[in-house]
Amino acid sequence: MSAAFTPTRAEAAIETTAAWLLGVLWILPLAYAVWTAFHPSEFSARFVLTAPLTLENFAKAWDAAPFARYFFNSFALVTMVLAAQLVLCTLAAYAFARFEFWGKDAAFLLVLVQLMIMPDVLIVENYTTMARLGILDSIPAIGLPYMASAFGIFLLRQTFKSVPRELDEAARVEGASPLQVLVKVYVPLARPTYLAFGLVSVSHHWNNFLWPLIVTNSVTSRPVTVGLQVFSSGDQGIDWSIITAATLMTSAPLLIGFLLFQRQFVQSFMRAGIR
Amino acid sequence: MKRGSAHVTGWLLLLPAAALLALFTHFPVAATLWHSFFATPKGGRAAPFVGLDNYRVMVADEVFWRSMVNNLWFALGTIPVSIALALIMALWVNGKMRGRTWLRMAFFTPTVLPMIAVANIWMFFYTPQYGLLEKLTSLFGIASHNWLGSESTALICVIVVAIWKEAGFFMIFYLAALQQISPSLGEAAALEGASRGYYFRRIVFPLLMPTTLFVLVNAVINSFRLVDHIVVMTKGGPNNATSLLLFHIYQVGFNFWDSAYAAALSMVLLAILALVAVGQFVFLDKRIHYQ
Amino acid sequence: MKAFTIGNALRSIAAGFALAAMGALAQTEVTFYYPVAVGGPITKTIDQMSADFEKENPGIKVKPIYAGTYQETIVKSLTAHKSGTPPTTAILLSTDMFTLIDEDAIVPFDDLATSADDKAWIKSFFPAFMANSQTGGKTWGIPFQRSTIVLYWNKELFKEAGLDPDKAPANWKEMVEYAQKLTRRDASGNATQWGVQVPSSGFPYWLFQGFTTPNGVELMNAAGTETYFDKPEVIEALAYWVDLGRKHKVMNIGVIEWGTTPKDFFEKKAAMIWTTTGNLTNVKNNAKFDFGVAMLPAAKRRGSPTGGGNFYVFKKATKEQQAAAVKFAKWMTTPERAAQWGMDTGYVAVRPDAWETARMKEYVKGFPVAAVARDQLQYSVAELSTHDNQRVTKALNDGLQAALTGAKTPEQAMKDAQAEATRILKSAR
Repeated sequence: MSAAFTPTRAEAAIETTAAWLLGVLWILPLAYAVWTAFHPSEFSARFVLTAPLTLENFAKAWDAAPFARYFFNSFALVTMVLAAQLVLCTLAAYAFARFEFWGKDAAFLLVLVQLMIMPDVLIVENYTTMARLGILDSIPAIGLPYMASAFGIFLLRQTFKSVPRELDEAARVEGASPLQVLVKVYVPLARPTYLAFGLVSVSHHWNNFLWPLIVTNSVTSRPVTVGLQVFSSGDQGIDWSIITAATLMTSAPLLIGFLLFQRQFVQSFMRAGIR
Repeated sequence: MKRGSAHVTGWLLLLPAAALLALFTHFPVAATLWHSFFATPKGGRAAPFVGLDNYRVMVADEVFWRSMVNNLWFALGTIPVSIALALIMALWVNGKMRGRTWLRMAFFTPTVLPMIAVANIWMFFYTPQYGLLEKLTSLFGIASHNWLGSESTALICVIVVAIWKEAGFFMIFYLAALQQISPSLGEAAALEGASRGYYFRRIVFPLLMPTTLFVLVNAVINSFRLVDHIVVMTKGGPNNATSLLLFHIYQVGFNFWDSAYAAALSMVLLAILALVAVGQFVFLDKRIHYQ
Repeated sequence: MKAFTIGNALRSIAAGFALAAMGALAQTEVTFYYPVAVGGPITKTIDQMSADFEKENPGIKVKPIYAGTYQETIVKSLTAHKSGTPPTTAILLSTDMFTLIDEDAIVPFDDLATSADDKAWIKSFFPAFMANSQTGGKTWGIPFQRSTIVLYWNKELFKEAGLDPDKAPANWKEMVEYAQKLTRRDASGNATQWGVQVPSSGFPYWLFQGFTTPNGVELMNAAGTETYFDKPEVIEALAYWVDLGRKHKVMNIGVIEWGTTPKDFFEKKAAMIWTTTGNLTNVKNNAKFDFGVAMLPAAKRRGSPTGGGNFYVFKKATKEQQAAAVKFAKWMTTPERAAQWGMDTGYVAVRPDAWETARMKEYVKGFPVAAVARDQLQYSVAELSTHDNQRVTKALNDGLQAALTGAKTPEQAMKDAQAEATRILKSAR
């Protein structure tokens, strides 16, 4: 709220207390998970402050399933998807921003369809398509439906549209082809947008679950979210200490990245939301 | 540049993205509609045309109706609350409150966690007898309860998990919008003797309408799109009390292998999403203030 | 029909090069999906067994792939089968037999195991386990990790409650009586310790058979085409289960989570639990008190369903792969290995002669409760299995959960479930 309104001391105290309370409530489940993961099984349900810390839950979890491979798969997946998205969305956004071509408006509307109807809800048909292409149970199969991101096209189109035409024309005068103009003029100016989109995309695809669950079968293509689910499936005797350890391991990359680069993360998501 | 080549270049640039979009978005939508009019192929024989049969089965399917009702309650439960919380959080974090960096971290952290990690943590939280929730409620003298295991409370539990995950995400968008509001507006209002409440109600909130719309649409789509936590926590139970539409589609398509019926169910989901899109463009666009 | 796809074409070319490169060293690869349904380092054990098999059989390479729960493993196997590249073999629920046959996914062992030695091997398993493995005169599955439901009880808590710590409840009446003595509540009336805990999440129909079998009734016919959910004895059994929570108040109401039940036992939140014998090693390692294992309490008779997984061999694998898979299955189910698997996990060693091996005899002498599940086999019946199994069991599961949460009366729940099952089975024909 505006700094022009200074609340009374009582108001400030109440608000601060309420905010802090909500903050504590909000971080509580995660804190609970951290507690359980770092203490032995016997203390998973008890809060003895002097309980010994241990890393053995993480060791057990790591041993119990091929998490190293799962991490590699997830990493490969988000990298592949982001790289493809950056290229495809840049080209498409450039087309929409700076070129007049037949059916441009209709095409743009069709692109916007994907904002509403995401691949996540088309699992049945996309699964059949992957089967027909013969690439089921592979990392590309997870990533392909997402590589043309309507969200990315939308964001970049917006950004490209705001680039001053003079820069474009100046480069043109020097004899640059359209692609060269794109690479030399537009892309550098859109760097903040790329960063924003990149973080959103990596976040989303690292955390994706249902589609990878359906499309992958073997350890060589399973991302870490599916690995976690397979690992903690309830048929086994559930040991919460090990499961929370595995859960934290799965979330660690994004979580640590977020904690270290909070401002950038927040700015990125903020920028991604500015329409 | 020659006009003709602009068309060609434009389309060439668009082609790769357009091809993938066509293959994985537009084609599946059409294919879903097509397949919903046939029966599922079994063994070697091809799929016979059955017209509206799948839809007739759907109308008689109790689990489908339960899933729809649940999804609506789920949407009604998560959307207003998470948006309201997001707005409040953004207002707090944007102001001069002490410890607001920490608050921002606390509110946003659930967003970077995978939904299934969230679901596992909360399942532990809800465990009867020694889960954290039980410990907290017993402190307040509330009776012990099997939260996820009873039909009356399971859906609410799942709604709480979704709110926890989403509110921080929406907070960020409100934060962005709040920072765009010129401080001179606040100063002018204060000079005119307006109260904080008045300033918020009459000036800030209307200015936030575009963000609210954006967040609203996102929230509606998410309430139909996100079922990871159902898969982990309840598998739709007890007795379908937490079955949502996409989860039912997943069960029918990939547990029962009835792909034709799954296609019919998917059509319902697509129709709902299409309605949301139309609603966004036609109705809500008219009522927003633009600066 | 395998479609001509880019993927397949590339795979064929790659396979061709690979074959050429390997030259004369022909290796048959056996991919093997397996689930883990009980606690413990099962993955390591399976990997070790596969490595040992490869040492003795140099021409065969076994690729064990951990696929999650039974539910997830069948989904993955059918997914793989439908896309043309099934695993060579998999351990799937014995109840998945009809589904696999309907999908034309598996071959009967009689076609592959043709020598006299092989035929003797097929006959060497406990008959109770073969009930879910054979139909139409053919053997479709070979028992590997099989179980029955048993009752674990906390001897310490029994002593505290004034009960004889060495005597488990023998019938339904006693179970209620004991449980009433074992249920403890705190000052505000909340239960700190439940007398008995029977889980009902995930697959309540299996636990339910632990009530219907003692009540003298079966849930389906052997051909898997009819169900009997609304028979009076079935409704009676469900009423007893529901009453444990609602009338006698010795069990938590609502749906009780399967996965956390052993932990509840370790934490002394439940004095008696019903769970698979497959959790025996898990309980042995984690219960810090003296515990007992007993057959399920009788009503009209003793009884339990069998449970667990069989080996299946997939149709779309090559003939060499199928033969290798049969070899692997035989190797994994020799008396010694069946005994070892039983000792490592708590599953019931699947053949009588495994119990006669020296190591097993010694193990049972030192740990007599290991034989309880085996002794229960004579009273055991087939697990619920029909055509379109997933849908039919879901209908029953939903009904059971509805009764346990109080949404429907036991009678209404079972009548509705029967109606749904009949509808499903009719359209499956």
